[in-house]
Order: sequence, then structure tokens, then C-alpha cells
Amino acid sequence: MKFAVLQFPGSNCDQDCVHVLRSVFGCPTELLWHKEYSVGDADAVFIPGGFSYGDYLRTGSIARFSPVMGAVKEFADNGGHVFGICNGFQILCEAGMLPGALIRNRSLQFRCEHVYLQTATRDSPFTGQIPEGKNLRLPIAHGEGNYFCDDKTLQSLEDNDRILFQYVDAEGDLTDHANPNGSLANIAGICNEKRNVAGMMPHPERAAEPALGGTDGRLIFESLIAALKTQSTLAPA
Amino acid sequence: MPTEPAITPELVAEHNLTPEEYESILELLGRAPNYTELGIFSVMWSEHCSYKNTRALLKGFPTQSPRVLVAAGEENAGILDIGDGLAISFKIESHNHPSAVEPFQGAATGVGGIIRDIFTMGARPVCAINSLRFGELGNANVRRLFRGVVSGIAHYGNCFGIPTVGGEVYFDKSYEGNPLVNAFALGVLRHDQIARGAAKGVGNPVFYVGPATGRDGLAGAAFASQDLTEESAEIQRGAVQVGDPFMEKLCMEACLELLATGAVAGIQDMGAAGLTCSTCETAARGGTGIEIDLAKVPQRSPGMTPYEILLSESQERMLIIIEQGREEEVKRIFDKWDLPWAEIGHVTDTGQMVVKNHGEIVVDLPAKKLADDAPLYHREAKEPEYLAAVRAFTLEGIDDLDDPTAALGKLLKWPTIASKNWVYRQYDHMVRANTMVNPGSDAAVIRIKADSVPGGDDRNGSFPEKLLALAVDCNATHVYLDPFEGAKAAVAECARNLACSGATPIGSTDNLNFGNPHNPELFWQLKESVRGLAEGCAAFDAPVTGGNVSLYNQNPEGAIDPTPTIAMVGLIEDAAHVTTQWFKDEGDAVILLGEPVDAEDPLHGLGGSAFLQVLHEQKTGTPSRCNLETERTLGTTLLGLIQTGIIKSAHDCAEGGLAVALAEGCFSELEGRNTPRFIGAKIDLEGIECERLDALLFGETLGRVIITTTELDSVKAIERAKLMGVPARRIGTVGAVKGAALKIKSTTGEWSWEVAGLHDLWWNSIDNAMA
Repeated sequence: MKFAVLQFPGSNCDQDCVHVLRSVFGCPTELLWHKEYSVGDADAVFIPGGFSYGDYLRTGSIARFSPVMGAVKEFADNGGHVFGICNGFQILCEAGMLPGALIRNRSLQFRCEHVYLQTATRDSPFTGQIPEGKNLRLPIAHGEGNYFCDDKTLQSLEDNDRILFQYVDAEGDLTDHANPNGSLANIAGICNEKRNVAGMMPHPERAAEPALGGTDGRLIFESLIAALKTQSTLAPA
Repeated sequence: MPTEPAITPELVAEHNLTPEEYESILELLGRAPNYTELGIFSVMWSEHCSYKNTRALLKGFPTQSPRVLVAAGEENAGILDIGDGLAISFKIESHNHPSAVEPFQGAATGVGGIIRDIFTMGARPVCAINSLRFGELGNANVRRLFRGVVSGIAHYGNCFGIPTVGGEVYFDKSYEGNPLVNAFALGVLRHDQIARGAAKGVGNPVFYVGPATGRDGLAGAAFASQDLTEESAEIQRGAVQVGDPFMEKLCMEACLELLATGAVAGIQDMGAAGLTCSTCETAARGGTGIEIDLAKVPQRSPGMTPYEILLSESQERMLIIIEQGREEEVKRIFDKWDLPWAEIGHVTDTGQMVVKNHGEIVVDLPAKKLADDAPLYHREAKEPEYLAAVRAFTLEGIDDLDDPTAALGKLLKWPTIASKNWVYRQYDHMVRANTMVNPGSDAAVIRIKADSVPGGDDRNGSFPEKLLALAVDCNATHVYLDPFEGAKAAVAECARNLACSGATPIGSTDNLNFGNPHNPELFWQLKESVRGLAEGCAAFDAPVTGGNVSLYNQNPEGAIDPTPTIAMVGLIEDAAHVTTQWFKDEGDAVILLGEPVDAEDPLHGLGGSAFLQVLHEQKTGTPSRCNLETERTLGTTLLGLIQTGIIKSAHDCAEGGLAVALAEGCFSELEGRNTPRFIGAKIDLEGIECERLDALLFGETLGRVIITTTELDSVKAIERAKLMGVPARRIGTVGAVKGAALKIKSTTGEWSWEVAGLHDLWWNSIDNAMA
């Protein structure tokens, strides 16, 4: 199972993703330069956090035009798994691969802290291995993580069970107080209709080793790895 | 081309050069400088670049140890060996004046500048910390500066992708209008990756990489070396550079990639005094000459004069000397990163820094003399008059407390003591996935893994991981009241913070923030402080590997408190030794290491204390003495205990004394957003002899650490400490009270605080002040 981690100018969580995939999970992983036109033989693509193209104009708005995003889109259209973290989520929204947008935090400040998440659905390749009822404790680090979309889109996200994660408090209650950035419906992560493209603002790659004070992030990686294994077993030889 | 101004005494004065300094220029050149050359002397001989007022003092710093690979003053930053072929490079640098004028960009470019110093050495920057000082938050302008500085640091560091893992913030009236912004960065490299800022190899081409040169930051180094007035702030806004962290990130990646090719003969960032300083210093270090043509320098605006191009401090630019014949590699790598580059000149054997503009020579100066022969002053030092009153202060007029209940709350709410979460939650402190102890404990702890090293990757899994702890400290009130002892105490506190986290100090970097050195009283503060830092760093075997001097920190109201900030880096041997400050489990024993009160101190630790400032509005009294021998023993003993695995928490007693440290033990663990963890403690101080309750609880006697162990291990810990000559006594138990409450008993009474209430005061104080 091979992973590709995109590298835009200004990506800065690219190495963190590579580290977790390679060292924690032992998966062959390569960085994929933004000027490439193909994702190669990768089984799944990670779009990491950072400030692609300096986040000039709008977060993610320039990255969507890079050559590699054309390839990622094609990969996803063919059923390939794509996962965006933080800036990666913003890029996926800008590229139209996920609905909605991530706007400025309502505090108007960058926020870096550990938050609690409830897994709103386990029916996705990114959440399948998260135990029922288990809330995750993961770090966030963003200035523009305030998820927004129109009512119709929200309705469709809810109706189709496409909200993956929502901010909750330590007790698991979905409250406004638990919402670190003002996201609509406390949304922290969503997937597309085909459920093969997903994005989230919190950083699971920063919570995958006990040395860093938490391992809840592993469940997301484990979910994807398990889903890819199942897929390859089911695929015709 | 417009004609250049004639050199007049007024013009010389405008360039901050004294008539005597101008005479030395005439002598050095054997002719009069032209206008551009005068500008060059002005920046190269500013305090910021030449240390002309402090060089003589700085010689007293310890700069050597077996770990030192590149010593202070040799290069942009020092380098220390951390074993297994790995090394670290770190430095602290101020951006005080720019931040006073334009807080956001001033602070942002301060971060940018120090990061550049680190990757110029060939190291990959892996973490940052900072030390900030502001006036009191009741003042709207102070809040503006505070907000701007913090968001500027956040903007630059977060976008660049360096975790800001810790720091300190103080609020004191003396910094009103003259905030201090001291930024520290640390990078990692292998021994064989050390890069040099020398122009080696006659004939080698000189490249300029990074964005085009504009008029921004014109002569910032000279600006940083003057008193700050309201007028100067307005006029000099144009002297503040504008930072682009995205550009710096690309520039760093490209430079590290280029360094790996072996094509680089020398590399230097364009920081203070931009193109001037980098060309002149590389030639001076290389013992060569350098010749560049300004017409080839990428320029942002048309019609820039040689003076402007040479003195511009446009950010994120580097000067790189390439091995002849390998020019293509620069082009390939910088084109890959879409970064501008230009070949602007070559290394010569003339010893001269020659600058041409469209072929015409506009500057022709001896590089080595310009870089190394700046004036050297031995300023007059005189003990300040205010110290007589400080020393005469007694506690006679200060009534002791009957009930300390309210006092503890007031201290915890005092912004200097209060939680700095309003600050650090704006910094990405976890990017790069190495941060093991986040902001909020005595020291930050990071790990060094394969991808921390330039070109490193973890494909083969055999990387020798390292753990580093970092702290930055300076109680400037104590320095103001006793510069020598206060500076020693700053070093001791830094080392104590490292020890509390499980680390052994290996090196330090200093940032001297002082007032105008022409004032003998202010110079005396500087001189005494440097002496104190030097003794302190020597005592902890933590050589100074570099640093920064920022003088003229004053406004019309007077000078800032003397602030010799010290940052220290330590090594932790094993991940199991990483220790945090908060209490862990109910039933654990609370032990105080160190003498509770210094019997020889007539003020019992209350001199210069937060308690006197907050409760009695008095900033006076001689602070607690700093005994470096005692501190050293305390540190090694504590480390020894931590290494035996029996220490569950360790926290040093600093501002606010024992009571504040205990309270922090009860509530400073943060599990997640809005989720502090509270744990109570029952403390019994009846056995401690102290004639005053206020001094017992809030005195700031140095050399004290609160540790916790299991009940079973407590006897062992106490005995072992005593055996090492460190006073140790059981003062209580974690938990052991109903609900989460802090209960303290002394010979005069017993008091109880609800932990949640104390936490609220401490946690929300700055947030509320900024709302």
C-alpha cells in the first residue's frame, strides 16, 4: 500500500504526514511535488497542512490551480482515496472536491490547542476503525477553520451522513462553547458524496505517537489503511 | 543620475556617527568617504552590527566547552555538538525598536531574521521561543502593541512552519512605549553540514537569491541604535521591514537543498544592513575581497540609488558564494522553488569591498577594516543613585498578612504571573510533530528525529533521536534592583527550569536589552549584568554561543528596566525523564527542595517580589541573593532524582513564591480546550521557620523547587537530596482534601482555596484584559 503526500510551496505538515505513514505505520510514502501531473502508483493521496502558496488571496485558492491538483481530481474521480488535513481541507473545498468553505475563525485569531471530536459517522473509509462512541482528542492549528456552507449543502451533508467529525466538549456534548472556530454545526470534517474524498481541520498526524501526548489520530490512519486493504482484497486480480 | 549630497558635519551626525568616528573613517580610508560609503559606515559601525559599546564587556562571557563546534562571534550563530554526529545551532535576537513602531511587522521580521541566521549555518530550524516585555495592560497603546507583536510572531512562525514552543511575557511600566521583542530559533544539522559565511575562492561567483530589493527597512540597523522618541517613531516607520514568511520558507528549503550539493563556498543572510553587511562580512571572514554590480541586483522599484540598494533591509534575501563552474546548480534549485536569483559579482583577492553601479565604482572600501575595526568604547559606568534607596528599604512599614486568601488570587491574576494562554494559543506550537511538552510548563521539550536534519528522512529507522529542553528567563525587576545578582538569578532560573523538565544545560544565548550606554548609570547596569550572566553561564557549563545587544531602549520617560534575557538549551537523556510541573496523582507526597527562606536575607525574599509590587505597589528592596553553587547542586540533585524515575512533577518557585508555585501545581495541566485538570493539595508549613507569613508564602527566595513523588518514594527522595547537600522537606500531600482545594497551614492559621476559582483568575486574566 503506497501513499503520496502532496508538497506545495508553503506546505509545512508534509513531513509530519510522511513521518507518521512511514515510521508509525510502515507504509511506503513519497512526497509528490506540486508541479507533477500524475499521482503515480499511489493508493491514496494526503494533502497536508501548511500555508500553500503563502495562503495568499485565500487559503487554498492558488493551490487548486497547480498541476498536481488536476491529477488528484482525476484520481478521485476514478475512486481513489484523498484525505486533506487543515490546509489540505481548505484546498479540497477551493477545488470543489468538497462542498463549502473554511473562513476566518470567529475569534479572528489563530488557534492552536487540543480539541475533542465526536465521530459523526463510522461509515467512511476514514472513520471505519474508530470505536463506536469514542471521542477523539486531537490538536487544531489554524486561523481559517470556520466551516461554512449554504443551508441546502448542510442539509445534504446531514441527509447523506457526510459529516465525519464535530467539535464537542470533553464530556462529549455538542455545544457552542466546544466550537473553537465558529464552524457551522460544529463541523470539523466532512466527506464527498462518493465517500472517497474527505477533509478535516484537526491534525491526526500530530496525535499518532505517545511521545506527543496522544494517539487518537492513529484511528483515522488505521481506518484508511483498513479500507484500502479491503478494497485491494475485493478488487479483481 | 541625481548628484549625491556633499558630506557635511550635519550629514555625519544624521548618520549617527560622532565627529571622532568620522575622523577615524578619514584616517582608515586616507580620503573622504562618498555619500554611499558614509551610509555603509553608519550601519556597520552602529551598535547593532559592531557592538562598539559592549564588545569589551562581552569578552567576559564563557564561550567554550567540549560541545562547542562554532563559537560565539565566529559566524551568524554558534553550533553545539549533541552527540552521534548531530549538532544544534541557536540564537536569540531582538527586534525592539521596529516592534515599537510597527508591532506586527516589527515582530514578524524579528522571527524571520533569527530563522535566517539559523539556516544560514546549514541547520534546519525546528523550533522557536521568545521573550516579550510590554507596559501595563491598562494602557490602550500597550494593548495595541501586545496584540500586534503576538499576531506578528504568530503570522511569521505559523506560516513558515516552525513551532513556537515556549517563552515568557512580562508587563511593567518601564516598557511602556518601548516593548521588548526577543526572538529565539533553534536548528538541527549534522556536523558535516555546517555552512560558513565566508567568501572563499578567488573568482567564485556571488549570487543573490530571494525577492527583489526595495526601499523598505532602509538603514534599520542604524535606527535600532538610537533612542526612541515619538517623532522618531513616526519618521522611521519606513525603516521597518515587511516580512514574507512564505518566501522565507521557500528560501530556506532551496538553500538547504543547495547546501547539500556541495556547490556552496559560503552563505550569508542579508539581515541588518542587508547587502552591505553580507558582502563586507563574507569578504572579511574569507580574508578575500568581493566585487558586485548593483545593476544586477533585482530591484523592486525603479530609480533606486546605490545608497538605497546597499542599505535596504528587504527581507528573505541571501548572499551565496558558489564554487566556480557549479552555477547551474543554483539556477536549477532556485528555479524549482520559483525563487528569483541573480549572479551579481565575484570573489577577488584585493581585500576590498567594491561595489559598481552599471560599471561605475560607487564604493571601494577595505572589507576587513570595515567589518572588524569598528570603534571600541569603554564607556563610563557609575552606580545609579536609586540603588541607595533600594538597599535602605526594610519591611518596617509593611504589615504582615493575617489572611493570605485574597493576596494569592491577586498574584495569580497579575498579568506577569497569569497564564499566557492568550499568547501561545495563537502560535502553532506543534507543527513538525516534535513537541513533547507544550507551552505552560517550566520548559518546553522537543524531540529531534530524522526529518529534523536537513535532507534527513526516516526511511531506515536508525536515527539516534535526541530530546531538547528550552527555557528563556529574566526577572528584570530583580536586575533593576541589583543588576549583578539579578543577572545571575536569571541564568539560575533558566537552568532550574531546564532541570525541572529533566534536562542538563549545554549552552545559552543572551539578549542584552538596555538603555542609552552614554548614560553612565545605565552603562553600569549593563556592565554589572554582563558580569552576572558570565558567572552564571560559567557555573552551569552553559557557554554563551552567541547573542544580541539592543541598547537605546528608552523613551522620553526614561530607560527600560535592564533586561539581560537568557535562553538556555538542555539535553534530556531519556524520554522517561521528561518531567512537567503539574501535580499528577492524589496521595503523592509534596516535597520542597532548597532552603525555604534565606536566613541571611533581611527581607526574607520579599525584595523586588511580585507580592510587594502587587499588594503594596512598591518595586523596591534588594532581591534574594543568588548562590550559584547552591543552585548548581540543586540542579544536579534534582536531575539525579528525575533519572532514578521517582519524580512525578517538578516546578520551580519564581514570581509569587511558594504559594503561586503550589497553586500552579494544582491547576496548570491542560487536557484540552476548556478542559483544565484540577487536583487539590494539603500543605503544612508549620515546620518552617519564618517570621512573616507573607514572606513564607510569597517571598521569592531563590533555589527552590517543588517536587512530587509517590508516598513510598518520598523518603528516598528526601534522603537522597539531603545526602547531596540539598535541604529537602515534606510539605504536604496531593489531593487529601475534599474536592479540588488547595489547603495551606502555617503556625498562624490555615487557609483554603477552591482550585477552580484560582484557576479562573489565572487563566482568564490576560484574555479579560485584552477583550
